Amino acid sequence: MIAANLPALQVVLPLLGAVLCAFLQRGVWAWGIALVVSVAMPFVAAGLLIQVLDGGIISYAMGGWEPPIGIEYRIDVVNAFLLLLVSVIGAVIMPYAKRSVEKEIAPEHQPWFYAIYLLCLCGLLGIVITGDAFNVFVFMEVSSLATYALIAMGRDRRALLAAYQYLIMGTIGATFYVIGVGLLYSMTGTLNLADMANRLEGIENSRAVLAALAFLTVGISLKLALFPLHVWLPNAYTYAPSMATAFLAATATKVAVYLLLRYFFTVFGASIIFTRLPVAEIFLILSLAAMFGASIVAVFQDNVKRMLAYSSVAQIGYITLGIAIANKTGLTGGIVHLFNHALIKGALFMAIGAVFYQIGSVKLDDLAGLGKRMPITMGAFVMAGLSIIGVPGTVGFVSKWYLGLGAFEQGWWWLVFLLVASSLISVVYIGRIVEVVWFRPVSAAAKRAKEPPLSMLLPTLLLVAATVYFGFDTSLTAGIAERAAEWLLAGIR
Amino acid sequence: MSGEALIILTLLIPAAGAVLIALTSWQENVREGTTLVTAAALFLVVMTILGRVMDGEQPMTGAFQVVPGLELAFRVEPLGMIFACVASSLWIVNSIYSIGYMRGNNEPRQTPFYVCFAVAIASTLGIAFSANLFTLFLFYEILTLSTYPLVTHKGDDNAKAGGRVYLLILLGTSMLLLLPAIIATAMIAGTLDFTPGGILAGKADNTTIALLLALFMFGIGKAALMPFHRWLPAAMVAPTPVSALLHAVAVVKAGVFTVVKVVVYVFGVDALASSGSADWLVWVAGFTVIAASAVALRQDNLKKLLAYSTVSQLAYVVLAVSILTPLAVVGAALHIAAHAIAKITLFFAAGSIYTASRLTEVSQLDGIARRMPWTMTAFAIGALSMIGVPPTAGFLGKWFMLVGAMNTGEWVAVVVIVLSTLMNAGYYLPIIVRAFFKPPGKDVKAHVKGEAPMPIVMALTATAAGTVLMFLFPEVPLTLARLLAGV
Amino acid sequence: MDLLQTIVAHYNHWIIIFLMVSGLYIVVARGNMIKKLVGLGLFQTSVYLLYLSPGKILGGTPPILSPQFSVYSNPLPHVLILTAIVVGVATLALGLALVVRINEAFGTIEEDEIFAGEEDE
Repeated sequence: MIAANLPALQVVLPLLGAVLCAFLQRGVWAWGIALVVSVAMPFVAAGLLIQVLDGGIISYAMGGWEPPIGIEYRIDVVNAFLLLLVSVIGAVIMPYAKRSVEKEIAPEHQPWFYAIYLLCLCGLLGIVITGDAFNVFVFMEVSSLATYALIAMGRDRRALLAAYQYLIMGTIGATFYVIGVGLLYSMTGTLNLADMANRLEGIENSRAVLAALAFLTVGISLKLALFPLHVWLPNAYTYAPSMATAFLAATATKVAVYLLLRYFFTVFGASIIFTRLPVAEIFLILSLAAMFGASIVAVFQDNVKRMLAYSSVAQIGYITLGIAIANKTGLTGGIVHLFNHALIKGALFMAIGAVFYQIGSVKLDDLAGLGKRMPITMGAFVMAGLSIIGVPGTVGFVSKWYLGLGAFEQGWWWLVFLLVASSLISVVYIGRIVEVVWFRPVSAAAKRAKEPPLSMLLPTLLLVAATVYFGFDTSLTAGIAERAAEWLLAGIR
Repeated sequence: MSGEALIILTLLIPAAGAVLIALTSWQENVREGTTLVTAAALFLVVMTILGRVMDGEQPMTGAFQVVPGLELAFRVEPLGMIFACVASSLWIVNSIYSIGYMRGNNEPRQTPFYVCFAVAIASTLGIAFSANLFTLFLFYEILTLSTYPLVTHKGDDNAKAGGRVYLLILLGTSMLLLLPAIIATAMIAGTLDFTPGGILAGKADNTTIALLLALFMFGIGKAALMPFHRWLPAAMVAPTPVSALLHAVAVVKAGVFTVVKVVVYVFGVDALASSGSADWLVWVAGFTVIAASAVALRQDNLKKLLAYSTVSQLAYVVLAVSILTPLAVVGAALHIAAHAIAKITLFFAAGSIYTASRLTEVSQLDGIARRMPWTMTAFAIGALSMIGVPPTAGFLGKWFMLVGAMNTGEWVAVVVIVLSTLMNAGYYLPIIVRAFFKPPGKDVKAHVKGEAPMPIVMALTATAAGTVLMFLFPEVPLTLARLLAGV
Repeated sequence: MDLLQTIVAHYNHWIIIFLMVSGLYIVVARGNMIKKLVGLGLFQTSVYLLYLSPGKILGGTPPILSPQFSVYSNPLPHVLILTAIVVGVATLALGLALVVRINEAFGTIEEDEIFAGEEDE
């Protein structure tokens, strides 16, 4: 019974949890509920992944209405993997959240914070699990609205501006998405993604379908912060509460990338995307622009959270580069980086959140000498930083290896050089932090800092350990990414 | 004990040592004791492996697959054995020396120093015993990262600037050039395992081979081939034991070791010789030898002089490899060991002078040998080895290189070797003359009271003796080098 | 002639495109945060029409089952847009709430003035 209804549980549990949280008075209780729900999620997701790996695609008719009329939850290797990723990050971050939220959010707002967080989680999981184009929009808005509210809860008043800006851009993105879906619906008469893919055969060249593709691509690219549609991201990540930043950086953009993959490969099919339209070329150029442009901007930031935010934009470039390379190895690299970057950025933002918890600032100058006061936290930060750089033995290297091999297979040897050249820029910005943290005298802000409480430290270390572990044992990550890539590209041949 | 267990021990001992050192930071003597015990234990294990290798065995471990095509695996072959012996034996001496130096100069942050040192040694052994390019690259990068805190140890602006150059050049070359070369090799050869005869032999056309060779040679930044040598002088800001580690024990040796390994096991000496893709390398290496010597001639700062001397000596190894005959490869392997032990002596001596008197310039050293006879005698032996005068170890490597070069009629190499020997003499002999035969100058009179602390003198005496002993009893390195080259 | 007919026949699309573009233009060109939200609302509304107008079938009746009629308008777009309207209202509400808070925090809702103030800090 439970096993058969796992797909529904994945979305309904956080939704119910959110409602419960909203009725509570005390932050601790709300935290308890959010913790229970978040910790349950990975088990649900793992159950689904096991079912998918054993028995193939799961089709779940929500509310008993059969697809294609009813809403179908459709789970294959790709989204089972994503579900696991999002829910694991959500679970790891909850123990961390308690102290961080107590510090950054006013007590009377804490239950609301957790309620909104659970809504956001629900929306993200929903986008991933559903097989219905319009349902995706609904979940996208659930998660987006929750995200705007989460960002607005940041202590700095500029958080409000960041949330407002994101609201405007996010809504435009979502509306573009709906336009695309509307055009597709008028051409195919269905909203079920699988059904839509079948009915698109033969009419791929019609102008409405191409226009739909353009709207969808731009809309989703806004959500995933593809350069140059990334302008909302740095402010949003900088001013959001630490816990929200860590969660969003690790999951939100990844889910948007998933959605893009879903449309490109399963709905439209790789042949129309890559052979008839210059999508690969456009993505290649934009990815490279992100990898270099955003990395260089990151070097000159004085606010560490903003630096990491720009680094995120650059790293998203690596993921989309995997799409642009468009062969199995390259796509594997993109998908595996999706997972790896979630781990890395989660760890980095959690470490920085712990710093904020202790010294109340994320200005680079205030971090001076912190290596002596918080050696474990900063050590964790540097380890995750090495992953961003792509040092062998970390997850970052695995992604880069696949991307590099993919580029070679495609005959783009110059891309290999660009790939590694851009990671050199990350050496500079991570190196800047290292120098300040270890080689400068202790700053006034950092004078009385000490290691954060264990509830914050352990989840951070867990993620950092994962970045090293999955740098060596890639059977889970790269293995699944490879299967996913193979499956996505099956459309071509 | 199985060969596999022994290899894993060589990595675990220094790694565990690093943890123990960190845990025993509360008590200096216990901490330094831990360092020494770890170094001794490591040396014993390496010697056990050496015994096996001399019996013709090649201990190896199973492979751990990271992603298909990338495996973590170790195998002991003769060249790695030489390197491991050099690194593990010099670590003991260097530890003794470090204790004297760090205490004698009241250096801050000694615990991180010893920890990073142990990690660097662990990664050095990882490099030495790696069975494929990926494993080598992994430990190569760890070595860079673990030595960065050592280079910036002093923490002032100078050290930070030096550290930046160090990190950016080493990481930059390895990522921009070496990594693409490795990816290309994986694509072309289908494997990254070190295989006698070369994995690229016969797999690619000459242009590709030449291009890959260039990527490898310049990408291995630790070998300091010009124009990527700037990091070595920049790293001179580090404390002397670190310079010794960089120049003798680990870092630059890891560079030239990788060069030899790549040429022998990835390209294949014969394949490379017949393709003619490596002809340019003789010129680049030769230029580096001469140019670095010329720069060294004009240095007054003793450590800078030694640094440029290292650049030139490293290029010898690359030069020897580029001659592409078995005899020259023997010379290259021997030179790695010989240069290590002689250069560490020289750095120990420079550090000894600094600890005893704070003198850093050559021109200040008039007559210092009367006040510091042990130090300066050791220095003289080391310097003679650099020039290649018997009875010092430096003679061995140069001899094989010269014979190899003459046999193949590689006259460019012959000229370079002879000319640079003269230049070496040109900058080392004046120091010896100045120190031994001039009357004590005002700096020496003012600052030099006597010899440096006991551990320092012990360490440099031991390495100086080693320099001579290696010339007198070269069986072990020679056997290994011959095994490597197959002659 | 054909072209003209096509243009006239698709008059609903022209209205939609006009609304869409003017909505977007307001969002981009106006510095007043309330006006931006108005533009956003206009933009979203144009999409409602995009869905609804093809759902209407000439001669079709509202989709209520009755033996007298056999041609119905497509009900699905209406349901979808009902959802979209709810989402749009929620977005507008949140946006307005943010504007209120911004007004409290910065004392203005003009973007230029806020950014000018931020640079002085």
